[in-house]
Amino acid sequence: MSAKSGSIITRRNFLRGSVLAGSSLVLAGCNQFDFLGSKENQVRHVMEQANVLTYNVQRALIGDQTLARTYAESEIRQGQRPNGSTDPTTAEYTFLKAQDFASYKLKVIGMVEQPLEFSLAELRNMPAQSQITRHDCVEGWSCIAKWTGTPLGPILDMARVKPGARFAVYHCFDNIQRTLSGDILYYESSDLVDAYHPQTLLSYGLNDQVLPVANGAPVRLRIERALGYKQPKYLHTIELVDDLSSFGKGKGGYWPDLGYDWYGGI
Amino acid sequence: MSDSTAVPAGKGPLIYRQSIFTRVTHWIWAICLFFLLLTGLQIFNAHPALYIGQQSGFEFDNAVLEIGAFNTPAGPVGRTTIFGQTFETTGVLGVSGSAERPSFVAFPAAVTIPSFRDLGTGRVIHFFFAWLFVGTMFVWFLASFINGHIRRDILVRPADLAGVPRDVVDHATLKFKHGRSYGPLQRIAYFSVFFILFPLIVLTGLTMSPGMNAAWPFLLDLFGGRQTARTVHFGVMVLLVSFFVIHIVMVLAAGPLNELRSMITGWYRASPGTPTIQGDKP
Repeated sequence: MSAKSGSIITRRNFLRGSVLAGSSLVLAGCNQFDFLGSKENQVRHVMEQANVLTYNVQRALIGDQTLARTYAESEIRQGQRPNGSTDPTTAEYTFLKAQDFASYKLKVIGMVEQPLEFSLAELRNMPAQSQITRHDCVEGWSCIAKWTGTPLGPILDMARVKPGARFAVYHCFDNIQRTLSGDILYYESSDLVDAYHPQTLLSYGLNDQVLPVANGAPVRLRIERALGYKQPKYLHTIELVDDLSSFGKGKGGYWPDLGYDWYGGI
Repeated sequence: MSDSTAVPAGKGPLIYRQSIFTRVTHWIWAICLFFLLLTGLQIFNAHPALYIGQQSGFEFDNAVLEIGAFNTPAGPVGRTTIFGQTFETTGVLGVSGSAERPSFVAFPAAVTIPSFRDLGTGRVIHFFFAWLFVGTMFVWFLASFINGHIRRDILVRPADLAGVPRDVVDHATLKFKHGRSYGPLQRIAYFSVFFILFPLIVLTGLTMSPGMNAAWPFLLDLFGGRQTARTVHFGVMVLLVSFFVIHIVMVLAAGPLNELRSMITGWYRASPGTPTIQGDKP
């Protein structure tokens, strides 16, 4: 049986195919998809709906009370890696830090019947909870550490959240970004499911020590079913709201304002 | 006129081989994998190291791959360490771009979307196409079970395994059979992609989601930790890219126009001697 033209690599077939294969490589080599980096791009807006889908699917799938995995003491093999702000330079924070946070107050405000204020001593005297969990950074790395603090849920109950409230906004001391028009302060937000989750802690202890400045002293929030950027450090005020549009650039957090997914559970 | 399916001498019959579901899902996947790969490399660049276990070792060593840029007296160099073996990869991995304007990223701008560093945008595009990829998978599995594509072409039967040596020889000598269904090596390749690599890449992707870890904690046990899952995700990507390269080479070798036509119109020119059935065209 003689060789058929269609069954071997003839020069013509090879050239034809090479053009096809090559064109896809050229496509990759260029920067023709950089327009998707623009927050105003309509195609990007459509693609961002995938994150809304993820949020809705995960909320339907997970259950409000389901816990994040906890680990054994033996899994704590290293210090908690700090990331983002590690030493805030705002006047308010450096003043508090200089006097070891003696005059620090955590406030609960906004859509609550009873606005609250706690000193660090008061927070430490409330029922404490410790959990060894895995911190997952959006960059891709993970680190296991023990977090100690007081659960946020009971505090929200004390403040009596009003029925119309939908989100908790977490205001922080740290200037995550310094610009010509002033410092941008870190903030984050979550829905009330994450705020009331039994593992959501106002954390003041890390690996059986006082929470270090690099990890968010004096108080850092833990939302254990979400990525690291949803665990705001240097927390001072929790504001209950029904709408996120008036904060920052309106996306509900410093990183969401820069194009990251707001939900952060993925 | 009595025999409309008569085939001219030297040519096989034109058979309807690829259903509309096979063709549409094929091209959607092609687009998805393109974007998933290039945004995946963008996401990897945010922390260009892979580990085994639950966590990344910063104060201990459980890394299996690290790509980085390092300063030396002779200037910055790109270094890739894989399973303890270190290679200089300046120009491609770790340090790329021109000598005047070097770029210190793991994978070069040419293979990331966006071309600049933008983890947020990379993730938006990655997750959009991940959903599209998974949706397409459901359509393909459902349609292919119903229309018999999986049974006819994909499932590997004992007879196929017996036929592997001969098929290897045929491929090595570039003798391709253009049959009504796929050959042994094709079945093994496609079976591996559909039933092993596709499910693996989806499940390891889900294992990286802290939300999914709470919903389905067995995922962490299945893959031995979030960081192992991330490593497997990357490894499956490498296998899928290898599949793509072989796939393209095979298309070129087997007759790109005929192969392309079958994936666009469904009609495929079979080898001479292929028995005709009703519905074939000359």
